[in-house]
Amino acid sequence: MGQGILLTADNLDFMIHGVFSYTLFGQTVWITTSHVCILIIFLVLIGFFIAARVTMAKATEVPGTFQNIIELIVEKLDGMVEGVMGKWSPKFRNYIGTIFLFILLSNISGLFGLRPPTADYGTTLALGLITFTLIHYNEFKHQKVKGVIKGLCDPWPIWAPINIIGECAVPISLSLRLFANVLSGLVMTTLIYGLLGKIAVIWPAALHVYLDLFSGAIQTYVFCMLTMTYITNACTTD
Amino acid sequence: MRALPTDGSYIFSTEENKMDFNENFILGCSAIGAGLAVIAGIGPGVGQGIAAGHAAAAVGRNPGAKSDVTSTMLLGQAVAETTGLYGLLVAMLLMFVKPLV
Repeated sequence: MGQGILLTADNLDFMIHGVFSYTLFGQTVWITTSHVCILIIFLVLIGFFIAARVTMAKATEVPGTFQNIIELIVEKLDGMVEGVMGKWSPKFRNYIGTIFLFILLSNISGLFGLRPPTADYGTTLALGLITFTLIHYNEFKHQKVKGVIKGLCDPWPIWAPINIIGECAVPISLSLRLFANVLSGLVMTTLIYGLLGKIAVIWPAALHVYLDLFSGAIQTYVFCMLTMTYITNACTTD
Repeated sequence: MRALPTDGSYIFSTEENKMDFNENFILGCSAIGAGLAVIAGIGPGVGQGIAAGHAAAAVGRNPGAKSDVTSTMLLGQAVAETTGLYGLLVAMLLMFVKPLV
């Protein structure tokens, strides 16, 4: 399919493409555009972090522009984690801050001509699974096996299968939410550029502000917020 | 345009035609299914509207808490959006991945 749409435009393209393939244990594995985009984002982030490290090593009393920006980012992220997680925040602010910056940069990377890596289900599922692992690691750590079993058999023991399904739905819904939001933004901008062609000149900037910046930032916030809430719930013993 | 036999035999005159017909039929039905799947967008629309309405009422009662109310509303709306996005995903799968063909 696609024919119906593709009749009017040949340059509609929001699919993931393979860059090159190699064989691993008899399986053909593809390095795709998502990997390349993730690599670019990682390089940008690592460069930023190294620059931040160098700047903060010789931090001054009266901060310069770059030092000011770094302090602002760190303060905001720490404040966000502190507000939700309370006394558990010192352990998780590194992780939450890192995924916040990564997802934010991934979501808005459509502005810089990349295909957003979060519009690939592999990326978001990985993020969701990390959250899932963290939730259950902390649950076992803080509530012990007895508490976990008690939590599963919440109203009555017969409820356990439904609770297990509910637990498994957490990473799926987390990852699908992020994935579908970014993908819908990507598809919409691609359709506008592909179908309207020469008419789409300056005004799609407004669409980018909504679909890439606003939606991306909101979804980043939601992902981090839900991760923090779930982890706090898992840590809290009652 | 050539006249077609009225008894419908032209569709399945050869095995190849039959395959062709089946494929196109499935594609058409997939497109209809994709259209039906995005009806799921009604639910989040109503839900987000209700959330925004209550947030507006809350700001009216307590204008000082505007930023708190706004951020809570946006968080809730983004979560409520999920069900609509599931419908959108099903539509996308039907249109671009073509699982049935």
